[in-house]
Amino acid sequence: MKARVHVMLKDGVLDPQGEAVRHALGHLGFSGVEGVRQGKVIELDLAATDAAAAEKEVVEMCEKLLANTVIEKYTIEIA
Amino acid sequence: MKAAVITFPGSNCDRDLAMGFEKAGAEVVRVWHKDTEIPAGVDVIGVPGGFSFGDYLRCGAIASRSPVGQAVVDFAKKGGYVIGICNGFQVLTEMGLLPGALMRNASLKFVCRPQKLKVATTDSVFTSGYGLGDEVVYPIAHHDGNYVIDAEGLARLEGEDRVAYRYVGNPNGSTADIAGVLSENRRVIGMMPHPERAVEGAQGGTDGAALFRALAGMGADA
Repeated sequence: MKARVHVMLKDGVLDPQGEAVRHALGHLGFSGVEGVRQGKVIELDLAATDAAAAEKEVVEMCEKLLANTVIEKYTIEIA
Repeated sequence: MKAAVITFPGSNCDRDLAMGFEKAGAEVVRVWHKDTEIPAGVDVIGVPGGFSFGDYLRCGAIASRSPVGQAVVDFAKKGGYVIGICNGFQVLTEMGLLPGALMRNASLKFVCRPQKLKVATTDSVFTSGYGLGDEVVYPIAHHDGNYVIDAEGLARLEGEDRVAYRYVGNPNGSTADIAGVLSENRRVIGMMPHPERAVEGAQGGTDGAALFRALAGMGADA
């Protein structure tokens, strides 16, 4: 079973890297980019075969390590 | 006074930190990240700067969950003194011992230079060797020192007089120019600037020595 975790900065937390990407896009002529937020994707190969159990475990992983919930939020896809 | 200095893979200020303590007259024990206990009789733990675990995932994230990490948390929760410098500050926020988080510098540039700071409270053993508002120069060297905290958290820090140092000339975009913060019990401090790189003349300044002298002078009350 595979899980994909998307980690993004929470709304309202300024993203200096996203801003730099936005500026760079502007320099390349992409004038219509009004905002860029940069996050990360973490793919997990899990031994679990039950989707609900897997999701529960991945939530725990996010809370304990994969995301810093002071500044980040996460979403989980199980497949 | 006995200090424990932790070394993670990728720490690079651990020897400087040990020397800072030793020069002030403290006994230093070195602790490896796989150790699960802090040696008996330790009064203060130093979490050094560097790039623990290559800054993978987030700065300080892996170190804060390493075997010794839990021992540091337990030590702090029992009222032990802990100082985290630079990457050590990132580790302490990742452990949840200090509020807020350290993000990429607003300039996106690695900053490395002597940095002027203002001592924002003297109500902690770490800053007790200075006067309120004293200006000191400690070196900074970091890419992720942009201190972020929400409005509520900031109000709490300010209201409880828990900002230890502020930058004079903000180098990284930190909220309210915050360079160092204290825990609720004032026994845990995290700071981006490096006092251990300012303890003898050959380093270009000695403004950090008073911090280590104050710690070393704590005696047996810790």
